[in-house]
Amino acid sequence: MSDIKAISIAEVDKGMSGIRRWVFWIIAVVAPLILPLIFDSSYAISMMSQMGIAIIFALSYNMLLGNSGLLSFGHAVYFGLGGYFVIHALNAIDAGKFYFPVTFLPLLGGLGGLIFGISFGYVSTKRAGVTFAMISMGIGELMFAASSVLPIFGGEAGVSSNRVTGTGLFGINYGPPIQIYYLIAGWAMVSALLIYALSLTPLGRMVNAVRDNPERAEFVGYNPQRVRFIILALSSIFAGIAGGLAAINYEIVSQEYLSANQSAMPLLMTYIGGTMHFFGPVLGAILVTFLQVVVGVYTKAWPLYMGIVFMIMVLFAPQGLAGLIMQHQPILRAGLGARLIPSYLYAMVSGLIMLLGIISLVEFIYHLSTEIHSGTEMTLFGISFDIASSFPWVITILLIAVGFFFFRRACSAISSSWNSALAEIKGSESHE
Amino acid sequence: MEFFLISMLNGLTYGLLLFMLSSGLTLILSMMGVLNFAHASFYMLGAYFAYQISVFIGFWPALIIAPILIGIIGAVIERYGLRRTHKTGHVAELLFTVGVALVIEELVPLIWGRVPMDYKIPPQLDFTLFTLFTTDFPAYRGFMIFISVFMLVLLYLVLTRTRIGLIIQAALTHPDMVGALGHNVPRVFMLVFGVGAALAGLAGVIGGNAFVTEPGMAFAVGSIVFVVIVVGGMGSLEGAFVASLGLGLIQTFMVAIDYTFADVFAMVGLDSIPPGTVGDMLSVKFSQMAPMMPYLIMVLMLIFRPRGLMGARES
Repeated sequence: MSDIKAISIAEVDKGMSGIRRWVFWIIAVVAPLILPLIFDSSYAISMMSQMGIAIIFALSYNMLLGNSGLLSFGHAVYFGLGGYFVIHALNAIDAGKFYFPVTFLPLLGGLGGLIFGISFGYVSTKRAGVTFAMISMGIGELMFAASSVLPIFGGEAGVSSNRVTGTGLFGINYGPPIQIYYLIAGWAMVSALLIYALSLTPLGRMVNAVRDNPERAEFVGYNPQRVRFIILALSSIFAGIAGGLAAINYEIVSQEYLSANQSAMPLLMTYIGGTMHFFGPVLGAILVTFLQVVVGVYTKAWPLYMGIVFMIMVLFAPQGLAGLIMQHQPILRAGLGARLIPSYLYAMVSGLIMLLGIISLVEFIYHLSTEIHSGTEMTLFGISFDIASSFPWVITILLIAVGFFFFRRACSAISSSWNSALAEIKGSESHE
Repeated sequence: MEFFLISMLNGLTYGLLLFMLSSGLTLILSMMGVLNFAHASFYMLGAYFAYQISVFIGFWPALIIAPILIGIIGAVIERYGLRRTHKTGHVAELLFTVGVALVIEELVPLIWGRVPMDYKIPPQLDFTLFTLFTTDFPAYRGFMIFISVFMLVLLYLVLTRTRIGLIIQAALTHPDMVGALGHNVPRVFMLVFGVGAALAGLAGVIGGNAFVTEPGMAFAVGSIVFVVIVVGGMGSLEGAFVASLGLGLIQTFMVAIDYTFADVFAMVGLDSIPPGTVGDMLSVKFSQMAPMMPYLIMVLMLIFRPRGLMGARES
């Protein structure tokens, strides 16, 4: 269940029938256009803008991780430098040094990403695998260290600007957040389309070949080093566009844009979403951003939860959410989906009990270590209690133990119902 | 002269500490092909464990207990986590260690809070070892040098003079053959991972009170340790040794140099660089550049000598 098959993304998507694929794309175009009409609070719009930026960044990252097998720990370099390019350009436009419509400013970010993608990529793509990972991290750290020293990065305060500048195209000046949202959504669609189209070109296929078997690719007559270099340069364009959009959205670019945290985000998003399907990174970006914005408000422990989720995905579901979803396709197509529902419900209930226990435990300890000055009384899930007494702790441990016990049984129930469904499909195929 | 000698000694202390970390990392890397991202997290755990133990029963027991605990944690992580991901390939293993590092990075402030710990040097070692001209050299620095050298000599002897050391060395290059000869290679892996973690933990025990014990310490050291093993040459212990000492010295000296690029240009007669973007760049002090240096060296090394100082192969 956990083995990743070496097949190209385009190959997987061909598995879907032609009509379904078109429906998928139409939804992908229409949904971002009408969503802000439904969720029109400024909170929702700023979150969706953030998601759009994250989607471009994660898709750009997956050009490396999923398509080329290059694990980068420094993708924020291209994101951040693209951001700095755009913010300095905005300042220059403000000062009247030159004119450039804000709508197309992310292109400058992409150019910035490309310039640095070419210069750093030349060094880092000489190797693949673990060495590439280390070099990318070294370059990331180099730029982060440089950003606190060199004046052009604006030190710790960063560089800020004003996006409402000049006369906008068609009178759009990007003052209201909704205009920014549509700008981001538009760029996200264009980027997604370009990245998808790229995976269908011969270059896209060659990149897959270099990932799976570099020696063989070399025998066919392609230099794997050059293929890696080209894909890194191309992917840094999109990272730069994402950074440029972030610069326009927040009107400030600081060291944070180049930090290791920023490099880790697309890795988490892409891996949780699933690297082997085109929509995996999109899914991951939407989910992680949503959790970051929503859960981040309630608890300071959210990076811990994120890390635990990531570790569980690596251990138990390396195919990611997209992979998990696509695994159901043969069973759903055979009309046997209903058979899985009871065991899934079982796992969901027991999993929720366990989760409740784990979250309570973490929040208790967090309260003790960081907010002890405000007393030992705390409120969790709307219930107030005193964690100085042993009662809440006993309940918590019980929840975890009971949840874990039943979750284990639910897992074996899932695998047995899964296997019976698969056996039936195979059985009916052999009867035909 | 005084500045030179003291910086030499400080650089040596720091460099030896780096080598304690990078030696374990190099062994794990060349044996299992796993770049252990959580290695610096073990260093941090070592410091926190030592602090906690020293609060209860003192520094000296902590010096022994903390590394052993870290070693056990490392072995457990290898046995029940890393070994599971082994079948999915090196990238999955690497990502698993990233996950471990992320979780430890957040668990530590969860338990101990985000403020630096009051982890003090033991009073028995809180005196001046000797005075060079006018600068005092603390005894604890001497103790750090002693412990590091002692551990490294021990590691060297174990690797070259004992049976288990020979098996480890053989498993570095020919794990399948070693397995075919009847040795339990996965157990050797677990042992090496555990010992590597324990070494990192020991570095944390003696480094935590000399520098600072806080949640950011793992990341600060971790990326430098990676530089060390790239510059030294992937999988080369000797290279890691040279690179550790070299980087330790360079960083120590850089921090102390109070000149700017403009000053250097002025020395050779170019003192009329106009202010502006270029002029601003040149007014950066060398000491401010110190954090960039390790990474700059790494990038240059990769351009001009990709296999590192003493790496045997271009991995």
